[in-house]
Amino acid sequence: MVFLKRQFPVILAFVFGMLLWLQYYVPSKASNSMLESFSSSWLITLAGCALILGVFSAVFHHVEKVKARRAGFGYSLITLVCFGITFTCGFILPLIGRIAPGSGIEPIPTQPDTPFDWIFNNVQVPLDSTVFSLLAFFVASAAFRAFRARSMEATVLLLAACIMMLGRVAFGEMIGTQTLNLSDAAEWILNNPSTGAQRGILFGIYLSQVALALRIIFGIEKTYLGGGS
Amino acid sequence: MARECPAETEIYSGRQRSAAAAKCAFSRPRKTLRSFPALKLPLCLLLAALLLAPGLAKAHFLPPRSENIEAQKRAEERGIPVPTELEVFDRPNDDGSSVLLSFEVPTADEDTAVMAQASVDKVWQDCAEKPVLLSELPRHIDEPRYYSGEELSPEHAQQYSLTVDSVMLPGEDGALALQPLETGRTYSFRLMLYKNGGDPAAGRIAFLAGDAAPLEQWFNTAFLNQVLMALVFTMIMMGAIFAARQNPNLFIRRIAGLEAVDEAIGRATEMGRPVMQVNGLDPLTSASTVAAVNILGRIARRIASYDSTLMVPCVDPVVMTVSQETVKQAYAEAGRPDAYRSDSVFFVTDQQFSYVASVCGFMMRDRPAAIVYLGAFYAESLLLAETGAGTGAIQIAGTDSQHQLPFFVVSCDYTLIGEELYAASAYLSREPMLLGSLKGLDIAKAIVMLLILLGTIMATAGQDILTRWFTPL
Repeated sequence: MVFLKRQFPVILAFVFGMLLWLQYYVPSKASNSMLESFSSSWLITLAGCALILGVFSAVFHHVEKVKARRAGFGYSLITLVCFGITFTCGFILPLIGRIAPGSGIEPIPTQPDTPFDWIFNNVQVPLDSTVFSLLAFFVASAAFRAFRARSMEATVLLLAACIMMLGRVAFGEMIGTQTLNLSDAAEWILNNPSTGAQRGILFGIYLSQVALALRIIFGIEKTYLGGGS
Repeated sequence: MARECPAETEIYSGRQRSAAAAKCAFSRPRKTLRSFPALKLPLCLLLAALLLAPGLAKAHFLPPRSENIEAQKRAEERGIPVPTELEVFDRPNDDGSSVLLSFEVPTADEDTAVMAQASVDKVWQDCAEKPVLLSELPRHIDEPRYYSGEELSPEHAQQYSLTVDSVMLPGEDGALALQPLETGRTYSFRLMLYKNGGDPAAGRIAFLAGDAAPLEQWFNTAFLNQVLMALVFTMIMMGAIFAARQNPNLFIRRIAGLEAVDEAIGRATEMGRPVMQVNGLDPLTSASTVAAVNILGRIARRIASYDSTLMVPCVDPVVMTVSQETVKQAYAEAGRPDAYRSDSVFFVTDQQFSYVASVCGFMMRDRPAAIVYLGAFYAESLLLAETGAGTGAIQIAGTDSQHQLPFFVVSCDYTLIGEELYAASAYLSREPMLLGSLKGLDIAKAIVMLLILLGTIMATAGQDILTRWFTPL
């Protein structure tokens, strides 16, 4: 049992980690088809099974909340009702349509006039846009907090932000001379200090990703199996 | 077949200079490496790789052909451009599915088009459904996955590269259809040149290119430098890990964000509120999500020992499943398997903004005392972090999504920037082998920085040998 829970996953991680690492350097047909079978068959099958688990997890979570009458259980109730309606429109109705006498075997409909698509286009998409649009207000509140000149660094940040904000609008080109205006200054900040800093961060990230991969492949990092030691 | 490498003299002279420069660059840190004898071998290998790799490159191109004199005369009479340097060869570093026609057309205009033909059973068949405009063809230098840098002289690099991977053959119904070239079979190829955008009525002339067979390769030589670097990096890491086993008292600089994890969990315990961890939006195929799940294991273990509560709303069902197992095992290892609640790690939705709305709702209703954001984030980062800040929770963020870092820096109390996310698991565990891997990472980083510095100096002085070594060979 300990072997299956602790050692076997480490062996699998080593074998498949090494296999996929070596695959990157081998351009042969066998190598490519192996990668394709991993990405198009195994991963999709795993993700499909996990999605069923996910749906059960979400429903179970909200049902528990409603049963226990925990704070905000009304929202869970609405979630469950919406889930039921969407599930019916997206899965049950097409299934009934497929097995109805005389309807013949047809693929699950994807036309834009199905109830499921109506829900997606008229409920899901506008709600998504609404949440996304809140970002503008959060950016303003975050900027207000960040751009207070409390220290030398914060002052530099404030100045850079002002140059960037003015430099990215048409008005910025009118401030300064023809050879050097705020738009050019903003471009310089983006192309030089900002890009330099980002590249530095990226180097660290890429090397760390390689290090993490090595730690997992060689079984040094086992926290994803739980605990660690 | 005769092959030539025009840049050979330049490579050898560059190699000598590179050797001198590399010797100079590594002579200083040798003294500090005495405490890490295991690292000497990988460093020597790196030095050897730097010296040898440029010489390992091979030229792929035949000398220019001097055939097709008749075709050239007819083309000149009909006003059709004439190709030069025409040759055909197996495309290097591929799966044996294609060959390349390489050529230059000095007198081409914007309406010049080309198409390849292959001889199958002594009948010339088209290798495409219609001719392609020359202006739409890539040049060799545009396809670095297959070859570039060392393998190409500047003249070859700028030549057109026409990939041929299929030929018109009669199908079962007798109609001609494109079918893939057979791997290992030798075909004769010729290049058809058209004027007026490929209109056959305007005339076309065929130029013989030669014979070639698509061959399967089992090692991509363009990635040789990557293999060597990966091996050297692996050996440095392993050397540092073994050194750490012998001397476990390694110094790791203090990371404030990770020091604050205990404080945040303690605060949550005192206040009787949960700790929330958000694992980002990427699936488990992303390294940052793997790092986030690793840290979740460490945090869950501490939460279990503090008898606090954990909430992990997930956006990906696979991440949810792995996180559930990780947390469950962490509780068991902390001696509190009974405290594990199966609904502490749960799936919300895989839609980005639906997830944001739901998690923000949890934040406002359940008021977690500490919120940890780890993994890859996109537009939702500020929405989540600002809502969390509004609830008064201690917020710790760690991400490698560099465009989201400023948002987390503004809204969170502590932010792990880039590589700190990947170091967090080792830092929290304090296990010597994991800390050793951090040391190895630091050494590798120092080497990369030295190489960047050296490459910058050499490139400024007009020597691009080191620069070319870090591009596909």
